[in-house]
Amino acid sequence: MMNGTWKVDARDGKLAMAHIYVAFVALALGGLAGLLQVLVRSGKFELPAGISYYTILTTHGVLLGLVLTTFFIIGFQFAAVSRTAGTLSDRTRFWGWVGFWLMTIGTAITAFYILIGEASVLYTFYAPLQAHAGFYIGLTLVVVGSWISGFAMFAHYAKWKKAHPGQVSPLLTFMSVVNMVLWLICSLGVAATVLFQLIPWSLGYVDRINVLVSRTLFWYFGHPLVYFWLLPAYMIWYAIIPKIIGGKMFSDSLARMSFILFLIFSIPVGFHHQLVEPGIDPAWKYLQVVLTFMVVIPSLMTAFSMFATFEMYGRSKGATGLFGWLRKLPWGDARFFAPFIGMLFFIPAGAGGLVNASHQLNQVVHNTIWVTGHFHLTLATTVVLTFFGAAYWLIPHLTGRVMTKAMNRLAIIQTIVWSIGMIFMSSAMHFAGLLGAPRRSAFSTYGDAPQALEWIPYQIAQAVGGTILFIGIILVLIIVTNLAFFAPKGETEFPVAEVAEQAERTPLVFENWKLWIGIAVVLILIAYTVPFIDMIQNAPPGSKGFKLW
Amino acid sequence: MHMHKYEKIWLFFGIGSLFVFLAVLGVGAFAQGTQPPSCLTTIDPEKVDQTPPFDKPGLVKTGDNEYQLNIVASAFAYTPNQVEIPKGAKVTINVATKDVIHGFEMAGTNVNMMVEPGYVSSYTQTFNKVGEYVILCNEYCGAGHHLMTAKVKVVEQ
Repeated sequence: MMNGTWKVDARDGKLAMAHIYVAFVALALGGLAGLLQVLVRSGKFELPAGISYYTILTTHGVLLGLVLTTFFIIGFQFAAVSRTAGTLSDRTRFWGWVGFWLMTIGTAITAFYILIGEASVLYTFYAPLQAHAGFYIGLTLVVVGSWISGFAMFAHYAKWKKAHPGQVSPLLTFMSVVNMVLWLICSLGVAATVLFQLIPWSLGYVDRINVLVSRTLFWYFGHPLVYFWLLPAYMIWYAIIPKIIGGKMFSDSLARMSFILFLIFSIPVGFHHQLVEPGIDPAWKYLQVVLTFMVVIPSLMTAFSMFATFEMYGRSKGATGLFGWLRKLPWGDARFFAPFIGMLFFIPAGAGGLVNASHQLNQVVHNTIWVTGHFHLTLATTVVLTFFGAAYWLIPHLTGRVMTKAMNRLAIIQTIVWSIGMIFMSSAMHFAGLLGAPRRSAFSTYGDAPQALEWIPYQIAQAVGGTILFIGIILVLIIVTNLAFFAPKGETEFPVAEVAEQAERTPLVFENWKLWIGIAVVLILIAYTVPFIDMIQNAPPGSKGFKLW
Repeated sequence: MHMHKYEKIWLFFGIGSLFVFLAVLGVGAFAQGTQPPSCLTTIDPEKVDQTPPFDKPGLVKTGDNEYQLNIVASAFAYTPNQVEIPKGAKVTINVATKDVIHGFEMAGTNVNMMVEPGYVSSYTQTFNKVGEYVILCNEYCGAGHHLMTAKVKVVEQ
């Protein structure tokens, strides 16, 4: 349907690149903060000039968990909708820029309050620890900016639908819309706690805060947030990787169905982050555990689809035997290699996620560094390597350059370095976590407790892994800078896969938004209404603010 | 919608094992009573020191080899911070915080709970192994978070 040489309009490219620049600056600074953290945690290094470990930790979490991801995703999605549903209108692009500037200004405000030490409340706020109001206001601007960008994408999609009545929308545009709908529904929770609880309280308009309500609203947002990061990686796997390897997509309808399932099942599940908290009846926790596990289904579908695509391609190239097709894949192409390694890491990452979300197993690992090991496999390996792989064609496409052989080789090395660093760091985190080592803590031997002394060798292994990962960050920054500013001029393709001939026609029901959003809302109401009423009716006296850092 | 035969098999086994796993968790929770720690009891966070049983924190014998261990968490300490428990004792641990959110993790055991202002956190555990266990705060609570610790000794009776 789409012509392979279609180019993203230069003005849309500029909007996408603005987001991508911010994302990689965040990677540089956040990565440095991460390096300092693992070094401190080894016990062999102290931060100079009285800098607090927890300031560094907050910086690392906010820059990598929020800024890198959100900016890259929105930049990528603007490019994707422009590529597949046509050039943005001037109005849509204008609102895209408004969203970008709001997010950037918000980030700067938040970063300022973190760096002057007024907001060492880490990534999840931790009321009744009370940060400076500027910290919360900055984050609000980031979220509002992202909403505006989301509405710009919806408007673009609506325009396409109007011009093509009765047709199935382009897959990448459809997926971008699903991801922004998911983001919009889930960020209502964090917006509610920030606007109605944290900002009035930090400004002194109200005295006290209901801590459990604020945590519940946060986690209502906090888990779907990780799907907001993951779905763009799935977009790249489903719709782009098949084209890169020279094959076809296995099935367009299955891809759409898995995205709809994520939209439905990713939000009413926040309690699995609160399994060991008081104030929530265990039966309600169990209900959300069951709903959490439902997202396994679209993940299994995705795994099947990906490997079906790979096998179909390999066999079409004459591969024989059960696994012969593996050898036919383009291992020397970083655009394929980096995301593929990301997919492999998703297997242990997903298995660990099931442990975390389990009604009782979670108790063994809750808040231990096992959890940190887990999301460094999901977000910091699966998602991030996929984003790197996408950057290797997206940036040269948008800047009118080409990736040289030398840069491609460096990108292959980068992926290998990343994998080695992550194997060291993440395995050490998983093992130390099973022994009880906590997450989000500076170096401590807990009064030379024999148990705590056992954790230290693992923490040294984490520092080794973290240092290797930092080298990986330097390598990717070299590649990205080259692709953006120094690579030879030329044409690079924005690869979009076609659907295999034998795949069935896509039914239009996937774009029945009233139906899917309706189901999502019903599930959210079922999962949250009663426990939430209970939290408010059975509320303890609220908490005053504390500043304990 | 059409699905490939292999994909049907794959999803059948995948989703099937998912439900087996959930059933195991559910039977453990509702038939055998292995629920995660949770307690709907509320408390005024500013009056923890005056509210029983936290006005006299420590180990209390409640029955034949049954105990209550009441602990007050605050930035950055547990009160009491040294406890001896006889081997084989069934102990209900109650924790409340006077200020911010803390964690209560007894490394090497299943005792692991969040302690939030306004609520009492409870969990019952039987201690069958002699030894020394470190208790630590695993939820960020401020600058001294990593120094917040206590010790439990399980001793022969």
